[in-house]
Amino acid sequence: MFGFYIALAVFLVVAILLLIFRISRLVNVVKGTGEETTKSDNNFNAIMMVVFMVLFFGLAGWYSFANFDAYDPPVASEHGELTDKLFWRTMWITGIVFMITNILLFVFSYKYRYDKNRKALFYPHNNKLEYLWTGVPAIVLTWLVISGWMAWDGIMSEAPEDAEQIEIMGYQFQWSIRYGGMDNKVGDYDYRLIDAVNDHGMDMSDRANYDDFKNISLVIPKGKPVLLKIRARDVLHSVFIPHMRLKMDAVPGMPTQFWFVANKTTAEMRVEEGNPDFNYELACTEICGEGHFSMKKIVTVLEPEEYEEWKAEQKSWLSKNPDFMAQVPEDMKELALVTAGINE
Amino acid sequence: MATAEAHIDVHAHDDHHDDHHEQSFISKYIFSMDHKMIAKQYLITGIIWAIIGAALSAIFRLQLGFPEADLGWLRPILGKWISAEGALDPEFYLALVTMHGTIMVFFVLTAGLSGTFSNFLIPLQIGARDMASGFMNMLSYWFFFIASVIMLISLFIETGPASGGWVVYPPLSALPQAMSGSGLGMTMWLVAMVFFIASSLLGGINYVSTVINLRTKGMTFSRLPLTIWAFFLTAVIGILSFPVLFAAALLLVFDRSFGTSFYLSEIYIQGEALPNVGGSPILYQHLFWFLGHPEVYIVLLPALGITSEIIATNSRKPIFGYKAMIISMMGITFLSFIVWAHHMFVSGLNPFLGSIFMFLTLIIAVPSAVKVFNYLTTLWKGNIIFTPAMLFSIGLVSVFISGGITGIFLGNSAIDIQLHDTYFVVAHFHLVMGAASSFGLLAGVYHWFPKMFGRMMDTKLGYIHFWLTFIGIYSVFFPMHYIGIAGFPRRYYSFTNFDAFSGFTDLNMFISIAAIATFIGQFIFLFNFFYSIFRGRKAPANPWNSTTLEWTTPRVPGHGNWPGEIPKVYRWPYDYSKPGAEEDFIPQTVPFSQTMESNLPHENDEIALEKEMEAEEIVVVDANKH
Ligand code: HEM
Ligand SMILES: [Cu+2]
Ligand SMILES: [Cu+2]
Repeated sequence: MFGFYIALAVFLVVAILLLIFRISRLVNVVKGTGEETTKSDNNFNAIMMVVFMVLFFGLAGWYSFANFDAYDPPVASEHGELTDKLFWRTMWITGIVFMITNILLFVFSYKYRYDKNRKALFYPHNNKLEYLWTGVPAIVLTWLVISGWMAWDGIMSEAPEDAEQIEIMGYQFQWSIRYGGMDNKVGDYDYRLIDAVNDHGMDMSDRANYDDFKNISLVIPKGKPVLLKIRARDVLHSVFIPHMRLKMDAVPGMPTQFWFVANKTTAEMRVEEGNPDFNYELACTEICGEGHFSMKKIVTVLEPEEYEEWKAEQKSWLSKNPDFMAQVPEDMKELALVTAGINE
Repeated sequence: MATAEAHIDVHAHDDHHDDHHEQSFISKYIFSMDHKMIAKQYLITGIIWAIIGAALSAIFRLQLGFPEADLGWLRPILGKWISAEGALDPEFYLALVTMHGTIMVFFVLTAGLSGTFSNFLIPLQIGARDMASGFMNMLSYWFFFIASVIMLISLFIETGPASGGWVVYPPLSALPQAMSGSGLGMTMWLVAMVFFIASSLLGGINYVSTVINLRTKGMTFSRLPLTIWAFFLTAVIGILSFPVLFAAALLLVFDRSFGTSFYLSEIYIQGEALPNVGGSPILYQHLFWFLGHPEVYIVLLPALGITSEIIATNSRKPIFGYKAMIISMMGITFLSFIVWAHHMFVSGLNPFLGSIFMFLTLIIAVPSAVKVFNYLTTLWKGNIIFTPAMLFSIGLVSVFISGGITGIFLGNSAIDIQLHDTYFVVAHFHLVMGAASSFGLLAGVYHWFPKMFGRMMDTKLGYIHFWLTFIGIYSVFFPMHYIGIAGFPRRYYSFTNFDAFSGFTDLNMFISIAAIATFIGQFIFLFNFFYSIFRGRKAPANPWNSTTLEWTTPRVPGHGNWPGEIPKVYRWPYDYSKPGAEEDFIPQTVPFSQTMESNLPHENDEIALEKEMEAEEIVVVDANKH
């Protein structure tokens, strides 16, 4: 019934609008006016240009300042502070250009609205002006490129030797996280070895695997380089930790990586944000199917000492899944037992 | 004198164009080879697609703005994609986003825009009877039609249409196990795109050869209206880049159906390790974006060309920096081929390549900026008439600035780490491409409607339409910048899983309301359009006092465009408000010898050339007589 009333209301509104339209057209025909742009129409549009500009800048300006904290997520990594600086620098420079050009557009539209007593200026070209506004943007952009390039170069450089190695693997629709363990080396894998238990496809003939351990969330130390070794086993995914300003695709068949240094612990951030429930989160930003929007991992940043403590407590994957000892080659069984911390 | 002699001309050769031999309904309206009819076919098909594409976006905006709402009332259209509780299916959400993108980019803003205006305006503005090959032109439309039918049917199949995003990255799009849309829906997507590519190429080759070969006497390249330059360069871009998309699609077909491994490697899915090794998903991305980036300019350049023409006409001023405009369009054309990897900064691409592409990308901002400054200077000290077409053109410049500016953030690879695949990118390309090109399309329709249908559209409705659309577009896309800076990823069905993305529900609601209102506002245009075709006031031959050739045709140009001989061209297309001239425009067909009072010094020199040209013609005509 409700739907019927809505339909009826829509129908009536449309009918009334059509009627108004018909009548105004008939009036136009009688008055002999019509489609040509009349003076009052022209002035109306000219004024609207300015009204629009004022409203637009007013609202955008107000929102940008009033809600700054809502849309500017706090940054928690070293390189993130740098890219944020570049972002806001670019914002200032381009923001000014944005304002000036839009203002000129609307003000010119208003100021030079049609007047039958005036003739437009015949002004076909001016090469000096063209050089000027080719040159100046080119120089400013060069500056932006160079500062961006230097930042990029640093961020994408080789990870330091001592970086904590952590593997993160995306699959529909979860992340799985594996640590290098005592030797700080995530071991080899082969996708053909993947099964329900060995979801990373760890290859037991590589000794680096024996001490590897898994965890359901990403735990990392503050102030120490962390190297994320990123891969995917079914379709593309992408690792995104918004507060760390970190993003890198996870590609099946082509491991990628991203190293960074977190500089605020979860505890510190909870205080800073005044939110005792705050947690860093990791999301997927490459469309990967139905559950794309739900691939969440909690990221916990600990003080380095806390982190070492935590790490020492972790049990190796092999020790939790001793069945896989069967896959370890004969001559390495002894080593595996020791490294994995399996007590007989 | 000049005109009297010209009457003999080559008239004899073109005679058959003039007599209106009866055409059957089918050859006139359906399998037409007349460029104007084909243009209208493209336009109407494009409009239908635009309605469908916008409707899809209205549905997913409902989901984003009102995640709790009961969408049960959509069940009559969406059927099983609405759950028992009235929620939209998350996978169908992705299907909607994918089809919205595909439809808008390819079917509306490529076919609808280039197809309509290149077809309609190239022969009319260069002074040709028709396209170089009317038959190929007809094929081009019908290939597009076949593509449309296939794509449309794919919306309704059991497993749903393609759902991997408009970029359809493999492995997701290659493996039916990965999502149901990657089954039959994806196959149909690929087949439709193959037809689409064939259609684009047939169209593009025709545009290029027509512009090169069929210009009327005196219509040198330096006298071409900027619209034609834009269409010409657009066609060149299309011809060079669409084949690469074809290659990408073909390899994807092989991977999907014939067990090859171009894009697939080391995949374990649904409890099964696939045999494919050695392929690379990144290869697909390179191939796709080698088309994909030029494609955004294929969409944009015609809109810029249309705007140049309309702004000059309605400012009653020559376009400022005609040569600079051409050079920047050529610059954009060239550069558009060497920036594609800026879409792949964090795809695992070699970081060094990332640096190179950052550098090249930011260069392309320069010609874009030059164009904006030239538009502004054209308005300066003009005498501006706000026709609906002019309003949309001014609107285009504004959204082009706003969207272009954010390109500078995204082109900076260090900044793009955070912004990639967030709503910031969505805001960027909807303003700079979506809104700008749609405004170009609408401006073009308002401006050339009188020539297409011989009638005028209603101006008042045009104003209402413009202001609604302009305010609406900004309300939809400007707030997305904030959401993007806050890190919200695109293509998310819902944000409630994450604390980091739990804010902005009010803003998302606002965007959705604005989007749906803007969509409804378009019906004003549709009404105006269809009503005016039949009931609009009869248009004068040259309603905007414009200088270009199309306005020298009769009110409704027939087959062959000009009843007599094709007019000759003596000057560039932007002689508006020339000092000394009586009227505020001098059509391209007026020789300098008749405008002594307004000629610039170097133009007086042209008079001698005009004389020579005519002398030559008489000789030719005499020779033909014998
Ligand atoms: C001022 C010059 C421009 C620069 C520097 C620029 C830069 C970029 C960059 C770097 C991206 C990738 C962002 C990302 O995914 O992380 C991008 C995306 C995009 N740009 Fe631009 N752009 C510019 C102008 C344009 C123009 C003129 C158009 C269209 C006419 C356009 C259309 C697009 C589209 C459609 C996408 C997104 C494609 C997608 O991921 O679905 N851009 N732009
Ligand atoms: Cu995902
Ligand atoms: Cu691009």
